[in-house]
Amino acid sequence: MKRKGIGALISQIARAICLLALLLPVLAFASDRVPKPVIDIDKAGKCVEDTATMRREHPDMLKHQRDSTMHEGIRTTKYSLKACVACHASKTSGSVLGEKGFCQSCHAYASVTIDCFRCHSSKPKRTSGVTP
Amino acid sequence: MSADANDGISRRGFLAISAATLGGVMLAPGIRLIEIAGARAPATGVSKQVRWGLLIDTNKCTPGCDDCVKACATENGLKDTGHPRTDPQWIRKVELKDMRTGRASSVPVMCQHCEHPPCVDVCPTGASFKRADGIVLVDRHICIGCRYCIMACPYKARSIVFEAITDQNPDVPRGNGCAEGCTLCVHRVDRDEQPACVEACTKAGHNAMTFGDLNDPQSEIAQRVAKYASTQIRADLKLNPGVRYQGL
Ligand code: SF4
Ligand code: SF4
Repeated sequence: MKRKGIGALISQIARAICLLALLLPVLAFASDRVPKPVIDIDKAGKCVEDTATMRREHPDMLKHQRDSTMHEGIRTTKYSLKACVACHASKTSGSVLGEKGFCQSCHAYASVTIDCFRCHSSKPKRTSGVTP
Repeated sequence: MSADANDGISRRGFLAISAATLGGVMLAPGIRLIEIAGARAPATGVSKQVRWGLLIDTNKCTPGCDDCVKACATENGLKDTGHPRTDPQWIRKVELKDMRTGRASSVPVMCQHCEHPPCVDVCPTGASFKRADGIVLVDRHICIGCRYCIMACPYKARSIVFEAITDQNPDVPRGNGCAEGCTLCVHRVDRDEQPACVEACTKAGHNAMTFGDLNDPQSEIAQRVAKYASTQIRADLKLNPGVRYQGL
């Protein structure tokens, strides 16, 4: 009876430690111990899909659309990079790049290089106004 | 239908209208019938029923005029970097003179949008490709900048971008290390507009360039090539370019 009690106690402590270890990053993120990307989000709210989907799947969406635009001339705007830039360019810098830029801030935080803007414009078309 | 909307009504246009009306689709006022025949829904891909072409009337092209070259540079964001020998060149004016007769002509030359493009044949990555509607392009996402296409093109129509580019036209992505050439202003063509060079030439009153669908018998370009003699540059290579010249 006594031995069983000790065993149970040890396993309970072990479980608590595991749980704490699992929760640590979450707790740390929720508190201000881990730096988060500082992003200029001028237009908060609904994008073409919900936020979770956009965060996870925007590279695939862009890649899919890029091939159909390039090779088949399909220029629908739903998943187009041009439409992303048009909506998300910062009001102050006019671009999605820059330290707080919508694209660059998060990519820099996650250490992911963005090659898109070596060819694509990081600013919306000027003729359509400053913030289209 | 009002009388003025009947202007230029063709059997084909009439059929298109009846089909549209039967389908319950309202036609917006001011849309010309010929445009309905050519228009493509934005979500459908380009079709090989269409063959985009360009007809250049050298008799109307003025020596020394470079309106088309300037319009191309503005539209596609080609800027002078101070290195003219290596700056990309999408369209250039070539001055020709027949030494026996002394007849001079001045012709704009750009990618000829070959039906059998050598640039596509030699490309090791598949970046250089021909769209179903005949427009030859470089997919910069795939291009490795090997320059094979530049060597293979008999018309010297391809360039490589040597310097980093900023402030591109959002419709015309371009960047360092990729091959490029005239796209026939594919971004404009896809929204039913004319290439920038053609628009500029017409606007300046020269009317030396005609753009359109060579496969559509109703189009101006198809009717012109059917009526007047025109040639392709280096037709002996049998590449069947989509760009044709009148009066050469
Ligand atoms: S003109 Fe040159 S670049 Fe254009 S399609 Fe022909 S071979 Fe290719
Ligand atoms: S430079 Fe690019 S498009 Fe030209 S052949 Fe090489 S990979 Fe193909």
